[in-house]
Amino acid sequence: MAKMHIEMTVNGRSVDGLAEPRMLLIHFLRERLGLTGAHIGCETSHCGACTVDLNGQSVKSCTVFVAQANGAEVSTIEGMAPAGELHAIQEGFTQEHGLQCGFCTPGMIMRTYRLLQENPDPTEEEIRVGLSGNICRCTGYQNIVKAVRYAAEKMNAAKEAAE
Amino acid sequence: MIPANFEYHRPSSVDEAISLLTRYGDEGRLLAGGHSLIPLMKTRLAAPSHLIDIQAIDDLKQVGEAGGELTLGALVTQAELIASETVADTCPILREAALLIADPQVRYCGTVGGNVANGDPGNDMPALMMCLGARYALQGPDGEREVAARDYYEAAYFTAINEDEVLTEVRIPVPAAGHGYAYSKMKRKVGDYATAATAVVLTLKGGKCASASIALTNVGQTPLFAEAAGQALVGSAVDGKAIAAAVAAAEQIADPVSDMRGPPDFRRHVAGVMTQRAIETALSRAKGG
Ligand SMILES: Cc1cc2nc3c(=O)[nH]c(=O)nc-3n(C[C@H](O)[C@H](O)[C@H](O)COP(=O)(O)OP(=O)(O)OC[C@H]3O[C@@H](n4cnc5c(N)ncnc54)[C@H](O)[C@@H]3O)c2cc1C
Ligand code: FES
Ligand code: FES
Repeated sequence: MAKMHIEMTVNGRSVDGLAEPRMLLIHFLRERLGLTGAHIGCETSHCGACTVDLNGQSVKSCTVFVAQANGAEVSTIEGMAPAGELHAIQEGFTQEHGLQCGFCTPGMIMRTYRLLQENPDPTEEEIRVGLSGNICRCTGYQNIVKAVRYAAEKMNAAKEAAE
Repeated sequence: MIPANFEYHRPSSVDEAISLLTRYGDEGRLLAGGHSLIPLMKTRLAAPSHLIDIQAIDDLKQVGEAGGELTLGALVTQAELIASETVADTCPILREAALLIADPQVRYCGTVGGNVANGDPGNDMPALMMCLGARYALQGPDGEREVAARDYYEAAYFTAINEDEVLTEVRIPVPAAGHGYAYSKMKRKVGDYATAATAVVLTLKGGKCASASIALTNVGQTPLFAEAAGQALVGSAVDGKAIAAAVAAAEQIADPVSDMRGPPDFRRHVAGVMTQRAIETALSRAKGG
């Protein structure tokens, strides 16, 4: 069956290429674009390691066909620190020990990004519910919650200072 | 986990989607949020050769309320349902149930239409729609027809929809102001389908139950409308005796299979427990105004 011409904006950059429509978005990002930050943990829509931002929503990119994402805006972990300086969320994860092996971290950070866009000052419970689609086998989640709080406070302080 | 190949279509209107369905017959399949269909395609339990992605049909994205009826376009997502003030004001059980479906990422994608059309007994919205007395609008080449949720489900993955029809809208009679409601779901973890779940909507008048509607998720080939369980409450003060009768009636129709969620006896028991909890919560909400 014919390949499709795919165009999308990834981390602010226009990209295009030919792909079979059945190709999963995660495979397109990793294998075609060389963006290997988003991970494949389960490939069955459960672990959240493949989470990216698609048109302003967190999605599991193992459960989206590249054809569905044709024309979309996508953000991945690679887009979080364009100037080489860590994003507040990345800083939170390092400062609060929000990672151990790091396998879940790109998904955790992309999900945290969208959560904080929607709810800039979440409670601990809101963080736990908001990240409930992302599994971590290492940390026990305590420090991930702290990392998200760290990022929220830093981002809110920066916003206030700018106002 | 590579699905079989397919040709991809993205119609921008319902009519265009219907003509694609008509052209491709059983080779064609609608794709909404994809979070039931794509997992099936990955395991090749489904292998449509034409995938008709309806994401661009903006007409199917509206939530409306008029004349005592709440309408949900087929493409309204679970996340939108949770965020909708209209839904929270008129029919809060929808929000309560949507919050118990999967996780945030899945809820951004999963649609109301996909959830009710799918025919998987594990889906949570179908029993809810039976409980609420909802109707589904099905549009095909010859126009629209309506099917009641209570008549829609025939067996696992078999429903009343025809191959060339699109489910465009779910129509829900808004429950009476001050009604009590609850959706109680037992699941092993976030992202799991129900071991058993129960939807209850009831109204009180002068301390007595004036109406009650009960439906069960994932304890049969289809969602189950537990008519006798609802009737067991009507006219009573929803006291312990009436609740026990309703629970017994719900357990009696529950016919779950054995799966990793437990053997049939256990899951039937859980259906009873969920029914009891949902009735008690609905009752206290109805009393609280
Ligand atoms: C990890 C995970 C956990 C989940 N847990 C739950 C859960 O606990 N409870 C629950 O209810 N669901 C659960 N789901 C399923 C999820 O809610 C699905 O998104 C939903 O059931 C289907 O909606 P969809 O829009 O994704 O449909 P799709 O997957 O796109 O479609 C499903 C089926 O419906 C058909 N269809 C879709 N739209 C229409 C339409 N408008 N007219 C006619 N036919 C149509 C398709 O052809 C397909 O056969 C889970 C999914 C995942 C991945
Ligand atoms: S790889 Fe996508 S959810 Fe696990
Ligand atoms: S840090 Fe290892 S899985 Fe989360």
